[in-house]
Amino acid sequence: MSNLYFDKNVFKGKKAFIPFITAGYPTLNDTVSFILQMEKAGADMIEIGIPFSDPIAEGAVIQHASTAALKNGASLDKIFETTAKIRKQTDIPLVFMSYVNPLFKTGYENFFRKCDELNVRGVILPDVPFEEKADIEKYARPYDVDLISMIAPTSNDRIKMIAQASRGFIYVVSSLGVTGTRDEIKTDLGAITDIIKETTPVKTAIGFGINTPKQAEEMSKFSDGVIVGSAIIKIIDKYGSNAQEAIFNYVREMKNACLN
Amino acid sequence: MNNGKYGEFGGQYIPETLMNEIINLEKSYDFYKNDEKFITELDNLLKTYAGRPSLLYFAKNMTKDLGGAKIYLKREDLNHTGSHKINNVLGQALLAKYMGKTRIIAETGAGQHGVATATAAALLNLECEIYMGQEDIKRQLLNVYRMELLGAKVNSVKTGTGTLKDAVSEAMREWTRRVDDTLYVLGSVMGPHPYPMIVRDFQSVISKEAREEILKIEGKLPSAVIACVGGGSNAMGMFYNFIQDKNVRLIGAEAAGKGIDTKLHAASIAKGSIGIFHGMKSYFCQDEFGQIAPVYSISAGLDYPGIGPEHANLYKTGRASYIPVKDDEAVFAFEYLAKTEGIICAIESAHAVYHAMKIAPAMEKDEIIIVCLSGRGDKDVASIARYKGREIYE
Repeated sequence: MSNLYFDKNVFKGKKAFIPFITAGYPTLNDTVSFILQMEKAGADMIEIGIPFSDPIAEGAVIQHASTAALKNGASLDKIFETTAKIRKQTDIPLVFMSYVNPLFKTGYENFFRKCDELNVRGVILPDVPFEEKADIEKYARPYDVDLISMIAPTSNDRIKMIAQASRGFIYVVSSLGVTGTRDEIKTDLGAITDIIKETTPVKTAIGFGINTPKQAEEMSKFSDGVIVGSAIIKIIDKYGSNAQEAIFNYVREMKNACLN
Repeated sequence: MNNGKYGEFGGQYIPETLMNEIINLEKSYDFYKNDEKFITELDNLLKTYAGRPSLLYFAKNMTKDLGGAKIYLKREDLNHTGSHKINNVLGQALLAKYMGKTRIIAETGAGQHGVATATAAALLNLECEIYMGQEDIKRQLLNVYRMELLGAKVNSVKTGTGTLKDAVSEAMREWTRRVDDTLYVLGSVMGPHPYPMIVRDFQSVISKEAREEILKIEGKLPSAVIACVGGGSNAMGMFYNFIQDKNVRLIGAEAAGKGIDTKLHAASIAKGSIGIFHGMKSYFCQDEFGQIAPVYSISAGLDYPGIGPEHANLYKTGRASYIPVKDDEAVFAFEYLAKTEGIICAIESAHAVYHAMKIAPAMEKDEIIIVCLSGRGDKDVASIARYKGREIYE
């Protein structure tokens, strides 16, 4: 019942704001200071992206950040070291987001043991659907790490099946396509989250395309939390290592926009 | 095969957004592959449009010159659009039509699969968009124009290494943007299930014909069949109906680029390790942290860091072997085949020809090798000229 961890530490009966950041973009030291800023600004959990060379679920913004981070040496062992540094300064809930190959190559067992050591309780893998989840989950469970299930606008008859087997929280994908800011989100998300709520007490967070405070407010009506990635990477694109203040202001504004 | 797995390989490692569509594709394929109307229509297209069956040609001069096994060439280069790619594309495009899709998208490396897809789209009146790496576009400008001539839109993929793997990633991304009216026509025996199975089935016509023809001509099976391997579609097509014939050696020639002891190769079996990428578990060129490695080959069609999951299983179980062939060796075979038999083959296929040249002399004269000549070499002539120091541009 490890969704209790997320209920107790992230959602806390309120709408959560969950910013994403690509580890090592522009440098691993910046990642530490950006995360501390996000916490100060009111973020309820941070999603740390472990960059992958060929991220098929990402739009241009996060693809670019991933490539740049890898070029700057953000390898998995260095990201673990950085996460340990973060852990010395804060116990804010953290989840990793990556693609399955870096985990497979490192060894699932090794990877989840490390998550446990670092008190990272969830892992999001957009290229692992329901059908392939069990093989990996069996390595995660002994370490009390949850593999976060994703539900998409096209999931339809799969929503119940996925929701029933979900643990931690459920990542609801707002729109078709890849990550990246969108002007408008057209999916009937209320219909999706209603089915989820009927099926499981596991909380939901909506991500993909969310950018403005108005969208955050809108999305938090349907869900227990809002995830924002590309918009934050764009701030880092603009300010580089000096993005602390801009990140702080943006996270604060978005957190305040989420309904409470 | 069970649940999209070949031994430990294969699977469906794709975003949830695509899962229902992939399931729909599998169900539709399972239905139409047994549907009389679909079968008849595809068969008719293969005969009257693609030009099947392709010739099984006895390479007399080559056989005499090498002085060993008899060499036959399965002439997929003579198909419409100049390669084996049309076999799969006609099948998938027709399937798209039967599924009620109005648009097809595809990746391409050398441009052969892109040209074949654009051709089928023109024939079957489907909208068509092709994704091609910007480096490959530079290498194959004429094929880009060909696709445009056929009415397709060609999108230049600038991310990553700007080659085939990035084109596959971008086509997958595009599919998640627009699944309702679109079918992704994958060009090789790779990607998530059911693609490795569908593409293999459509390509298996190569070995079905070759096996019947060689029995008719020679009254016996070959000692070896050889095909080049990138993702592995012509090889899977060439191997498939010989898998049960345990005495027929199955040999894949993979791209060794500048050599497998350098970093410039695309030899996923010789130098890769098991990983999960582009929807499948298989062998990939990658680093110790699971980042996909940039790969290189003179041949844009073999310039891919992975191999299809059924090949991975044939390799792991010892049923097939995979041999690295270098750029200079492929170019040597390219020139040799032109001068000896009057056939200019694709630089991809020349990798397979080279290995046949290597093993034939030591074999008995009554033994037979069939080489899959997967494509014709018109697209490569200018780049081979430049490789040889002649500044010829298309």
